Amino acid sequence: MLKVDDIHTYYDDSYILQGVTLKVNVGEIVCLLGRNGAGKSTTLKSIMGYNHPRKGKVYFLDKNISRQSVYKNVRMGLGYVPEDRRIFSELSVQENLEVSFSSAVETQWTIDELFKTFPLMEKLRHRKGGGLSGGEQQMVVIARTLACQPKMILLDEPCEGLAPVIVEQLSEIICRLKEHFPILLAEQNANFALEVSDRGYVIDKGVIRFSGTKEELQQNDEIKKRYLSV
Amino acid sequence: MIVLKIKYHTLILTGILVTLLFLSPLVIPVYWVILLSEILIMGLMAVSFNLLLGYAGLLSFGQGAFFGLGAYTAALMLQAGYENLFLIFLAGILVAMLAALIVGFFSVRLDEIFFAMITLAFGMMFFSIAHNWRDVTGGSDGLPVFNLPNLQLFGLDLTFYSPISMYYLIFTTVLIALFLLWLVVHSPFGLILKATRENKQRVSFVGGNVRKLRIVAFTISGAFTGLAGVLFCLFNNMATPEFMHWSFSTKPIIMAIIGGTGSFFGPLFGAGIFFVLEQIIIRYTENWMFFLGIILVPVVLFFPQGVFGTLQNRFFKQRSK
Repeated sequence: MLKVDDIHTYYDDSYILQGVTLKVNVGEIVCLLGRNGAGKSTTLKSIMGYNHPRKGKVYFLDKNISRQSVYKNVRMGLGYVPEDRRIFSELSVQENLEVSFSSAVETQWTIDELFKTFPLMEKLRHRKGGGLSGGEQQMVVIARTLACQPKMILLDEPCEGLAPVIVEQLSEIICRLKEHFPILLAEQNANFALEVSDRGYVIDKGVIRFSGTKEELQQNDEIKKRYLSV
Repeated sequence: MIVLKIKYHTLILTGILVTLLFLSPLVIPVYWVILLSEILIMGLMAVSFNLLLGYAGLLSFGQGAFFGLGAYTAALMLQAGYENLFLIFLAGILVAMLAALIVGFFSVRLDEIFFAMITLAFGMMFFSIAHNWRDVTGGSDGLPVFNLPNLQLFGLDLTFYSPISMYYLIFTTVLIALFLLWLVVHSPFGLILKATRENKQRVSFVGGNVRKLRIVAFTISGAFTGLAGVLFCLFNNMATPEFMHWSFSTKPIIMAIIGGTGSFFGPLFGAGIFFVLEQIIIRYTENWMFFLGIILVPVVLFFPQGVFGTLQNRFFKQRSK
């Protein structure tokens, strides 16, 4: 479904991704593990078109999207949940969701269906986004991404800064999402990521150091020690 | 429930305001009717401008160009003998809209000061054309309008030579224009525009084409500003290059800031405050802009949501408690 083929990405003169290759198949949750600054978010941003790779290609649904703009990728079905829970803080929860319906994305979702899927959000309907807790904001961003009718989702560090009890709820949501579409999950928290994933990649200094199944990753102590600080 | 209450109260307040504006020529002196006409025209310009600043977060310093284009279109058509008022309105709107589409196409890819500077540059280009192309625009003397066309409506033949009848033409046109702008800002387009003001990157994450959204907003704003220009030409019997000067473009900015950029009616109230203050201060001194500056500083410092925006928030906060 998603194929990243040897991408090289820069931030100005800084050489960040130095040949990243990975793929995500239908029905899978694949995690991208690594320490802070390893290149996880940059990989996701390069896939999304936010920061185009200078070399290499990204294929989504067999189409080369390496140079395509972010909004076109979203309209193609690539959902993106950015790090830091990027919600519209001045808009209410309902408006945050309605923005997705206003952006010309073809969707089968309705506002009420979204509130049914995330019942915790119902009572926050008219609250401003900026007044929500971190976990609530994360839920709104995931719901907003769902409203764009994605065929696949990229999740960037969804657990960062959240309380353990919220992380648990979130892992349930992610597992539920898997029934509908594949997920590429960038995460620093290896325990959480491996719990929900089928396969994983380990990235360090912009290079993929290891790839394997969930079990292979869980049993490889050297990788855990060297690259994941678990 | 709170949302319904706000809508209910907004509706009542709007109804009261419209009734007052409709009846005011019957009770206030003609001089103030003329002033009220000017407030309504500039209020329309400020509300149109605020579609950019208040909703899209774009500070344009070139709105005067579209106002001037509307005014010149009307003046040229009237001088050429066109007598259909609807046609003159339509032409003024279309010319301003087309110009806004072109200027917007080149400007909206930039943000903040860069956007402000490029709109200022375009505005001054239009000013230079109006100022120097004497054969067509009359140069610095401007284009005078001697005959105002009649309007045949529902079997009535309306003329606009008296300040009262001109007021009602302006009142009706501004009312319709504000209603249309209100529909725009309360549509899904208005919502996503507000989202672009907060963060354009996040809008692209939900599939929004930010550039296209901004171009559409800029074009709509330009079209309504052009309509305000047509009205001003009819009201003032004149189109002058000063309309296109950057200093004229600062007027809607000041009005929007005084009234409040965060509320739809804020800039309209800002226009009212601006002109009433001018009338009061000018009785004592010619340097009224100096005192406007003195007033503007505390407004920006202590009323970041503008006078109307602050009052509105206070009122609704108390209501929702």
